[in-house]
Amino acid sequence: MSQTLNIQNLHASVDGIEILKGLDLEVPKGEVHAIMGPNGSGKSTLSKVLAGHEDYEVTDGRVTMDGTDLMELEIDERSREGLFLAFQYPHEIPGVSNANFLRAALQARLPEGEEIDAVGFYKEMYAKMDALSMDRKFTGRAVNDGFSGGEKKRNEILQMMMLEPSYAILDETDSGLDIDALKIVAEGVNRMRSPERGFLVITHYQRLLDYIVPDVVHVLFDGRIIKTGDKELAHELEEKGYDWLTNELVAV
Amino acid sequence: MADSATLEAVNIDNEAGNFTYPEDYEHDAGYGLTADTIDYISDIKKEADWIREFRHKALKSFNNKPMPTHWASKDLENIVFDNIRYYLSKGQKPTRSWDEVPDDVKETFERLGIPEKERKFLAGVEAQFDSEAAYSNVKESLEKEGVIFVNSTEGLREHPELFKKWFGKVIPTGDNKFSALNSAVFSGGSFIYVPPGVKVAHPLQAYFRINAENFGQFERTLIVVDEGAEVTYMEGCTAPKFETATLHSAVVELVAMKDAKIQYITVQNWSNNVFNLVTKRGMAHENAEIRWIDCNIGSRLTMKYPGVIMKGRKARGEVISIALANDGQHQDTGAKMIHAADETTSNVVSKSISVGEGRSTYRGQVHIPKHLKGCKNNTECDALLINSNSRTDTYPAITVRGNQHATQHEASVSQVSEDQIFYMQQRGLSEGEAMSLSVNGFVNDLVREFPMEYSVELKRLIDMEMEGSVG
Ligand SMILES: Nc1ncnc2c1ncn2[C@@H]1O[C@H](COP(=O)(O)OP(=O)(O)OP(=O)(O)O)[C@@H](O)[C@H]1O
Ligand SMILES: [Mg+2]
Repeated sequence: MSQTLNIQNLHASVDGIEILKGLDLEVPKGEVHAIMGPNGSGKSTLSKVLAGHEDYEVTDGRVTMDGTDLMELEIDERSREGLFLAFQYPHEIPGVSNANFLRAALQARLPEGEEIDAVGFYKEMYAKMDALSMDRKFTGRAVNDGFSGGEKKRNEILQMMMLEPSYAILDETDSGLDIDALKIVAEGVNRMRSPERGFLVITHYQRLLDYIVPDVVHVLFDGRIIKTGDKELAHELEEKGYDWLTNELVAV
Repeated sequence: MADSATLEAVNIDNEAGNFTYPEDYEHDAGYGLTADTIDYISDIKKEADWIREFRHKALKSFNNKPMPTHWASKDLENIVFDNIRYYLSKGQKPTRSWDEVPDDVKETFERLGIPEKERKFLAGVEAQFDSEAAYSNVKESLEKEGVIFVNSTEGLREHPELFKKWFGKVIPTGDNKFSALNSAVFSGGSFIYVPPGVKVAHPLQAYFRINAENFGQFERTLIVVDEGAEVTYMEGCTAPKFETATLHSAVVELVAMKDAKIQYITVQNWSNNVFNLVTKRGMAHENAEIRWIDCNIGSRLTMKYPGVIMKGRKARGEVISIALANDGQHQDTGAKMIHAADETTSNVVSKSISVGEGRSTYRGQVHIPKHLKGCKNNTECDALLINSNSRTDTYPAITVRGNQHATQHEASVSQVSEDQIFYMQQRGLSEGEAMSLSVNGFVNDLVREFPMEYSVELKRLIDMEMEGSVG
């Protein structure tokens, strides 16, 4: 079976307005792909469509994850099948502690009747928090409730590290992070890179890609991938902006 | 976190409660309520004349009082009093041994896990099946200390000197239409007396089970805790899902003498056809404390406003309530705090959750008269709405006269947004799990106040209810 996240001719709209207009993309396991693109081009829309958000209607196309038709699955089934989305704007869950939330998410992955081992769980969580330089007090605090922008992003990465997905989409995880935090988070991601895992990293800035070096870079523009290249493409974009590409597009 | 054995032991859920056994009753008062019904009940119970008279007077009061539909729910008008049976029993006395309980009744309580709980963490148990207790037992050590834990019939018959003094005094018959109804046809419930200085370490539990259709359960509970004594009482309720309406209308009176403490915990899980119209009030004497912990899950309509009359200096009253209104349910709950002495303190914390078409209403009353000094009240009402059709209303009435008091009132309404649920589902939780985690998060700070066994049980009930609310 193909070990890849495969997106073919994806069309999706919200409130009748088409946002994704025939998007093709393939992220094989073991690779890190970056997506760059101007504001409003559809990057977050793509991530939410993949995760199954109900506001978005998929009107055409096909998405498979390791051969499984993703669009046939519920939101939570996609997650348990191994898809993870680090949100651009993570939501707050008042009253539910970070530890309880993670525990519930891990418990949901166990077969009926099996209980998570509490001691092992805490040990693992603490180790991963240490790696992200997160204070222990965050285990008892309600999920993202009152967290600073950077703390929320770091918390997303903690969740990713705990859930160990097969495919992780990071939607602008770098925005809101200070320089030190950026390095810490990037290290966390790099440590998770493996032949068993694919990454789709959405960002506006070359800087993140200095730390998380991508195998492939895509440019998303107006709901389509208009260019694909290696890591040099990101440098080129940083220098020339998107106009260079869109002009090229018009010329064609 | 409890181990799975404990979890199982305290598990009462909607589905587990949804079963019924064929009717097999020795005594059946038949449909409708007349003076004859009352004589029928009084005869079976071989009651003293004063009780029979008390009942007849109460029936008159019930008939004379209008339905409180002008301020409460119009749904009350759908109760057809003539279609209800007011007394059903097997004609046997409560036993002290589960082995002597009739098979169908015993199986009922076994399925609900009561005998197991008793072994694990209870000091005494009373199990009521329709109108009468089938089983009643209290630990011998407590009995030796003079603790009395019996049903209302036995309490009034065997210990009139202890109970007559307070019976109907905290909640007069004519308090409201349903307290009058209960006073006319009451049967079952617990009568508890704790002698001075005795601190009952483990909870006493009563379990109320409705088995029959077209039936009304009217238990009557009176708990008198003498000077410096302490007790925790817990009641649980279930009924099977019937097509027709079932009525549950209890009266609960608590008396805490000087320095005494009473904690009364309810975890109610009625099925959707039950009208649950209950009057609960306590009287706290000097430096005494009465605490109501009230969890209302299920029922078609619940109207319940536990109260405390703080009669002695430095008395304390508290109501902590959690109400969960799902589709087709209306939880109309609240608290009544009557300050009647100096330096009395009351605290009301109410959390309600409305799901789908569910509706919850908070009604509070805090009364502090002008001539008193140094009284305090704190009232907090928080409502959580899950999906836009839900409805919540808050009617706090805080009457404070004079300027020597401190009161504080806070209210909030919050929503579980679709995006919050999406976020949780993205981490692998089902929609139901996501909702119940949100709800548990919302009530979490209150649940922490409960004895562990009950907080686990409440969590299970919330999980069941939220799972059930997802289409
Ligand atoms: N729920 C929605 N309702 C209406 N319009 C929407 C909705 N979601 C997205 N859009 C529109 O779709 C377009 C793409 O939005 P999206 O969030 O995917 O952009 P993006 O590429 O992630 O941008 P940014 O770089 O600013 O994060 C925008 O024009 C946005 O306004
Ligand atoms: Mg975006």
